[in-house]
Amino acid sequence: MAHCHESNIKIDLPEHGRKIVLAGNPNVGKSVFFNAFTGMYVDVSNYPGTTLDISFGRYGEDIIIDTPGVYGISSFNDEERIARDVILSADIVVNVVDAVHLERDLFLTQQIIDTGVPVILALNMMDDAGRQGIKVDADLLEHLLGVPVIETIAVKGIGLEKVKNSVNKAKIGIVSHQDLQNMLIKMKARVASQGEALLVLEEDPIIAERHGLKPAKHREDIYLMRRERVNDVVGHVISEVKEGIDIKTKLGRWMIKPITGVPILFVMLYLMYQAIGVFVAQTVVGVTEETIMIGMYEPFMRGLVSRFVELESALGLILVGEFGVLTMTVTYVLGLLMPLVVGFYFFLSGFEDSGYLPRLAALTDRLLSMVGLNGRAIIPLILGFGCVTLATVVTRLLGSVRERRIAIFLLALAIPCSAQMGVIVGMLAGLGGVYLTLYVVVMVSIMAIVGTLLNRFLPGKSSDLLIDLPPLRLPRMENVLKKTGIKSYGFLKEATPLFAIGAFIISVMELTGLLKALQNFLTPLTVGWLNLPKEASTAFVMGIVRRDFGAAGLSDLALDPLSTIIALITITLFVPCIAAILVLFKERNKKEAAIMWFGSLGIAFLVGGIVNKLTGMFTNDITGSWFAISVFIGMAGVTSILVRIRKKPQVKNVSQEG
Amino acid sequence: MVLADVKKGQSFKILSIPNEIVRAQAIRFGIAEGVIVTCDEMIPAGPVIIRKSKQEIAIGYGLAREILVEAVG
Repeated sequence: MAHCHESNIKIDLPEHGRKIVLAGNPNVGKSVFFNAFTGMYVDVSNYPGTTLDISFGRYGEDIIIDTPGVYGISSFNDEERIARDVILSADIVVNVVDAVHLERDLFLTQQIIDTGVPVILALNMMDDAGRQGIKVDADLLEHLLGVPVIETIAVKGIGLEKVKNSVNKAKIGIVSHQDLQNMLIKMKARVASQGEALLVLEEDPIIAERHGLKPAKHREDIYLMRRERVNDVVGHVISEVKEGIDIKTKLGRWMIKPITGVPILFVMLYLMYQAIGVFVAQTVVGVTEETIMIGMYEPFMRGLVSRFVELESALGLILVGEFGVLTMTVTYVLGLLMPLVVGFYFFLSGFEDSGYLPRLAALTDRLLSMVGLNGRAIIPLILGFGCVTLATVVTRLLGSVRERRIAIFLLALAIPCSAQMGVIVGMLAGLGGVYLTLYVVVMVSIMAIVGTLLNRFLPGKSSDLLIDLPPLRLPRMENVLKKTGIKSYGFLKEATPLFAIGAFIISVMELTGLLKALQNFLTPLTVGWLNLPKEASTAFVMGIVRRDFGAAGLSDLALDPLSTIIALITITLFVPCIAAILVLFKERNKKEAAIMWFGSLGIAFLVGGIVNKLTGMFTNDITGSWFAISVFIGMAGVTSILVRIRKKPQVKNVSQEG
Repeated sequence: MVLADVKKGQSFKILSIPNEIVRAQAIRFGIAEGVIVTCDEMIPAGPVIIRKSKQEIAIGYGLAREILVEAVG
């Protein structure tokens, strides 16, 4: 049986079949080609160790494999590593390029050609190029690259058939430079193929290690040769570039400039809130969780289990009790999480395909750089408001371990997930402006203070933003829905076992009395330090089971407004739900996860207590709240100033060394 | 002069990019040392948006302070 072992995903290949790989930069329309080749029969498989999925399907005797959109193949990130492995194992590569961005796209094309694999080039978005006054001489491009070039407008179906029928005409193209050719011939003698030889020469540590070689230090030379060659080719084939700014370019700029970008962001967030926070969280979840899961599924499950197991027995409770693996987990995952996760991924996919996401990253970069992150971290932070467990997994896209640590901790600490936020918003709504302000200010200041301090004291350096701003395009619904489906499924598949293990742990804690003991342990803190009734500690502990349980528990206590806010602040900062804790342990090592867990627990009670003491200095709760608000804003301000003062000399040293 | 000091609308030549990974990524986008680019947008203390023909990239402030440039035209 043949399978592609290099890419770690097993695909059965028919006897005479070939592997046809689709490759290209992000958002060049690859998926339309993939659909044209494979039709309905598509398989998706997770690429081990990543959140990324690879789609593959059949085309006659052959297999078509899609790859993530990349600008080059190397080991800079997960997408590139996957694209590299899949391309190196290809028999034929169909390379889709954006005719408007040939300078950028042909770099990957030329790199693929340099691997020595037969290539066919789809010169896509010819209509866009035409509109922007760009003329591309496709025949000359074919001649210069040495591979067949076919003009296409994929979204309109133009040229797709021709590409499909021309796969057999794919050719091995002309290598970037004669010097590279010579280097490749030498290196090829030591490794399996020209493609691997190229990557060893380009300092790819993983490919070099596979062959027990040290990566050769030639990446920059080769990249520059290739860049020069691509610029030369582009210079020959492109004519009549019309300068000028169209409305899409203008809109793209507005998205980045704070003065217009922030209002645009608020409009987007408002749309998300209406769609996810109101429609999905209330209407859809009302049906899926209440009516279907709790109303129909859970009684059915209990009835089924009761035939074999005593419901009141330990096993019965673990399976279908209050926190049952077969009841609570399934209800939570399918009834509540699934609609929310689908909603969030729908927006994220739309933002991604439209080109808004990189602009959002540019807009928020400055703010996030204060806490040691860069603009890219906006993606997990937004997703955190959907589900912290999901967002923690998504932090894998960040550039360094340091950034992951900061983002994961901030997510665990201060971002309320949608389940919890529903209850919190409900409780805040009746309290009036000053209390709402107090809650928001405390949350934002804590994020700022903790983030700033982590950035100051964690060793290392965070990566800087360097991001391509693709042209804005109207996202294609079909593509957005497909992405939403694939990503939501991938997440639920990964998270469901965590929620099940979480429910099991909670049931065991309940049965052994540990849950009660934890509540008793927290009682003195709750009563003495936070000035809350002792029942509030039950709500805190329930927050570990499901964050919304905890918040909902508070609303039953009939607290006065100030106590409500103190309780809400504490419970938001308090440890995330058990699934998020488990994912913390899965994503980071045990020690680090434990530090984060106890850290957020400590900070929650510390901050709740500080708010209690500050407001308690005044007999009037309103005055006390304003005082606490000023103190928290002041603390955030002082922290950022102190950190800057202390950091300055260090910066100087670095620049002197450089 | 560093990239963080340029003004909106200004054209300039890239003289040096510090980090080799960043340099490799920039070459992929067509922005190698010696290339002339234009600043399209400058977010105060935030990213610099530079353009070369139709290619736009956003470069974080920290990195922009380490990229040496020279004004042209």
